[in-house]
Amino acid sequence: MKQMLQELREVSVSAILNAPDSDALEALRIQYLGKKGELTKLLKQMGRLAEEERPAVGQLANQVRAEVEDAIASRRAALSERMLQARLAAETVDVTMPGTRAAIGHEHPMYVVLDEIKDIFIGMGFEILDGPEVEQSDYNFTKLNTDEGHPAREWSDTFYLTEDSSILLRTQTSPMQVRAMESKPLPIRMVAPGRVYRKDEVDATHSPMFHQIEGMVIDKGVTMADLKGTLDAVMKKLYGEDTVTRFRPHHFPFTEPSCEMDVQCHKCGGRGCPTCKGEGWIEILGAGMVHPKVLEGCGIDTEVYSGWAFGMGLERLAMRRFRISDLRLIFENDVRFLEQF
Amino acid sequence: MILSRKWLNTFVDCAAVGDREFAEAMTLSGSKVETYEDLHDAIQNVVAGRIVKMTRHQNSDHMWVCQVDVGGDAPIQIVTGAQNQREGDMVPVALDGALLPGGVEIHASELRGERSDGMICSLKELGLTTHDYPYAIEEGLFILQEPDVRPGDDMAVVIGRDDHVVEFEITPNRPDCLSVIGLAREASATLGLPLTLAQPVVKGCDDDIHNHVAICIDEPELCPRYTARMVRNVKIEPSPAWMRERLRNSGVRPINNIVDITNYVMLEYGQPMHAFDFSCIGGKQIVVRRARAGESVQTLDGNERALTPNMLCICDGEKPVAVAGVMGGANSEIVGDTAMVVFESANFNGPSVRRTATALGMRTEASGRFEKGLDPQATVAAVNRACELVELLGCGEVMQGVIDVVPNPFPQTTVRLEPQKINALLGTDVSEDEMRRILLSLGFGLEGSTIRVPSWRGDVEHYSDIAEEVARFYGYNSIPNTLMRGETTAGGYTDRQKAERRIGALARTLGYNEIITYSFISPAYYDKIRLPEDSPLRDSLKILNPLGEDTSIMRTTVLPSMLEILTRNFNYRNKSVKLYELGKVYFKRLDGMADEPKVLCLGAYGEDMDFFRIKGAVENLLQGLRIEDPAFEADASNPSYHPGRCAKVLAGGRELGVVGQLHPLVAENYGVDAELYTAELWLDALLDARGGTPVYEPLPRFPAVTRDIAVTCDAAIPVAKLQDCIRRAGGETLRQCELFDVYTGAPIPPGMKSAAFSLAMRADDQTLTDEHADEIVRAILDALRDTFNATMR
Repeated sequence: MKQMLQELREVSVSAILNAPDSDALEALRIQYLGKKGELTKLLKQMGRLAEEERPAVGQLANQVRAEVEDAIASRRAALSERMLQARLAAETVDVTMPGTRAAIGHEHPMYVVLDEIKDIFIGMGFEILDGPEVEQSDYNFTKLNTDEGHPAREWSDTFYLTEDSSILLRTQTSPMQVRAMESKPLPIRMVAPGRVYRKDEVDATHSPMFHQIEGMVIDKGVTMADLKGTLDAVMKKLYGEDTVTRFRPHHFPFTEPSCEMDVQCHKCGGRGCPTCKGEGWIEILGAGMVHPKVLEGCGIDTEVYSGWAFGMGLERLAMRRFRISDLRLIFENDVRFLEQF
Repeated sequence: MILSRKWLNTFVDCAAVGDREFAEAMTLSGSKVETYEDLHDAIQNVVAGRIVKMTRHQNSDHMWVCQVDVGGDAPIQIVTGAQNQREGDMVPVALDGALLPGGVEIHASELRGERSDGMICSLKELGLTTHDYPYAIEEGLFILQEPDVRPGDDMAVVIGRDDHVVEFEITPNRPDCLSVIGLAREASATLGLPLTLAQPVVKGCDDDIHNHVAICIDEPELCPRYTARMVRNVKIEPSPAWMRERLRNSGVRPINNIVDITNYVMLEYGQPMHAFDFSCIGGKQIVVRRARAGESVQTLDGNERALTPNMLCICDGEKPVAVAGVMGGANSEIVGDTAMVVFESANFNGPSVRRTATALGMRTEASGRFEKGLDPQATVAAVNRACELVELLGCGEVMQGVIDVVPNPFPQTTVRLEPQKINALLGTDVSEDEMRRILLSLGFGLEGSTIRVPSWRGDVEHYSDIAEEVARFYGYNSIPNTLMRGETTAGGYTDRQKAERRIGALARTLGYNEIITYSFISPAYYDKIRLPEDSPLRDSLKILNPLGEDTSIMRTTVLPSMLEILTRNFNYRNKSVKLYELGKVYFKRLDGMADEPKVLCLGAYGEDMDFFRIKGAVENLLQGLRIEDPAFEADASNPSYHPGRCAKVLAGGRELGVVGQLHPLVAENYGVDAELYTAELWLDALLDARGGTPVYEPLPRFPAVTRDIAVTCDAAIPVAKLQDCIRRAGGETLRQCELFDVYTGAPIPPGMKSAAFSLAMRADDQTLTDEHADEIVRAILDALRDTFNATMR
């Protein structure tokens, strides 16, 4: 009996551990451990044994059952693992094949730059104003200290909508300075981006329509040092903390003192290279302290209030940022161009 | 303004300051330097040489072999094909390795078997013309007649190329800096070096101008001052080399001594001058008056100019002899036999000169200066300087007397010096002493705290102008950088600005690329989009002086702009294009200005595009803006769109815009053989239609029951109407009604269609029973049958 149990153990465990798949394993389980299985059959013969042999054989039988069950469990785990591996292998994809993308649209490069600039000024407590492009000469020129007879007012330079030259397409966003001063309570911190128009033929650097952003601060005790500090901070946010700015005297009819701001050429660090045309600096914007005549014209007491303003061309900024070589690309709107940004 | 630094050094000795340093310093004090150049760089290793011997080339019938003394131990040999040289001539010699203007390099070589150690140069090869050296010839070698030139002398020095030139961009408020003296004054203040100016000294002769001519200004507004002197026994000849060199290095072509003197004084003093041949001035008088109707004058450039009464002229007793401040007349030109000359040094009204110059299409050095408004006090010194030069050059006898007509006196501008105010404006702490020092160095007068503004500084009239002068020389970059103090402002984007940004982001998420188009279009574009003749959209603002027809009116619709860009992309063979623009349109207003509402325009074409795709994009946009219950109504009347594929977009009863396929004839007008789709939505209407903040709705606790139904009805009944009917009949329990199929064709009878809907029903307080759901479906089918005669399939 003992010998039979031991033989059964050897045969069954070996068969189980070699079972090729889970169906074969189940068949083996039934063959050995089922109600009519071989172990069960053997145990039914226990009755024939002598009384004193029974405990030892019983113990052995339980031991054999346990070992067979263990073998089945272990084989089952092994087979299940193998199946999982096989499935994973079968499901493997070539991850280098392209993903399925939704076509996402692109923001126009000029607006990319404009949005950045707007965000920077918003963070400094500015608000954003929009104003008319069909504008009165009064706002575009006269109230900006640009009298009759100024060359910019010529019909060769400015688009006019009335014979008496009273209505025109604004040539700059600066009329928004006057409109803000006339309509807003003080203090004012505003930027006003928008389209402007000048009678320039289209070429690689000119367009009869382009964009500017105007900015202005009016408050008590505003100084040129504030102008410098603020615009320097804006440039550092736009171009990075290590950006170096410089200010040069310049002339605008509606600011005094007036200046232009340059940013040190990022490519050569100011030594001079083709990017900055050898100057070491790149001109970015015009600015100045709002002219007392302009303030007074808007009913602002120049003994109490002062202000500064700036104006910046946006196309040139975008062209420099993205190294766009020709202004015409900006208005051509070829999707092969637009999708690069 | 091109400045010769050699010339500048005669007023401010700043030769020790390098070009780069000079340029940087001048730029930072307000005289912006565009470029600078060492003229010597262009001519190197070219020396004077004397031809000591010349023999025929043995292998050539025209070449000469010259032995040339170039200052070395022995002569060098140079082969030349030129014929105008003689033994003993002094000539410019480009040595081996020489550099000539235009980047030409010269190397020793062999010419038909004879060694040639360089090249003997012509005028042209040195970048010169006979204007620079009237005694030389264009074709042939430049035979030098300059005194004191020895073999080996640097030719660049001999011809005055040992100079550095600096080109300035002078702002229009500073016409005084369009002169050597003006820039010298700036350089002196900038570099802290002394400025040396001299009063012109004229000896004169025994005759007096008053014996010969009378001058009268009829238009004091247009000519505030007219100053003149006369010269007799004039000998017209080339001016001396030093004068020619300075003119040439300043970009002005030498002509003859008298003309060169007028140009020299203009460059030096900034005061344009004119010289008349007195023999051509009839009636012994000069009258400054407006041109009479029908008058004309031939100007020095040879063109006959028709004049109008807007134009100021210099006239003799009867006829114009010059267009004031613009150009002289050919009838009084300085020519070879001119014997008596009148020098004019006048002040003319800037805008008047500019308008005249523009009208005649001739901007000149003179008009470019006058139009900026010149110093009226400069005329006398300038005319005296011209006469001083006449005597210096020995080209005539200057008469006594200056005729100086000043109809109205010129006021002296004064400004109070207010150091505290200036520092408060600049944010600086500049001492009053420093301010005074700066102002004095610029020629301002100071009496106590009164600043007397010099006459050449017409741009200074206010304390802020004084602040700029102080800041320029204190240094803009020495002003501290401070951040703004004062009352804080909230700033930030407005609700509408945020929504506008959101619309852009939504459009891009939907695959549309942003474009920027011109606001002006051609009126012909309205024909291209098939607007009827009487369409109010044709009533556009017109630009009276457009660049061209294509940009001559302000658009009242963004459609042509979008179509132009779609067409361009189509022609570039870009497949599948989706674009959007948030652009303004411009409607006439009674006050002459415009209403400028913004329109969101979508435009697309391509294989993946059809009506329902662009409509879907519009629906997504509306959904993104929480616009509730939008409606789409078929619109067959829009002339730009396909009558069967166009819908008005509505929300809350208000029209938001239109979406559809462009009319095939419109596409044809643009030459596009494809279906074009666009949507035009009014930004204001979109923003107004936005829903409020969403309120959380509890998630369903009970399952929904779904049923599909299909009905057959007249094909003309819009699906939206069927859905409305279903929703009404379904009541609150019907939560969803989605179209999933529309079918026409057998077995559906002609003229009919089958529409299939998926319905979802759910109650909030219990699980819906099948019986209840069936009851609702029955009610829906009854309603469809009663309303549309639609039957269940």
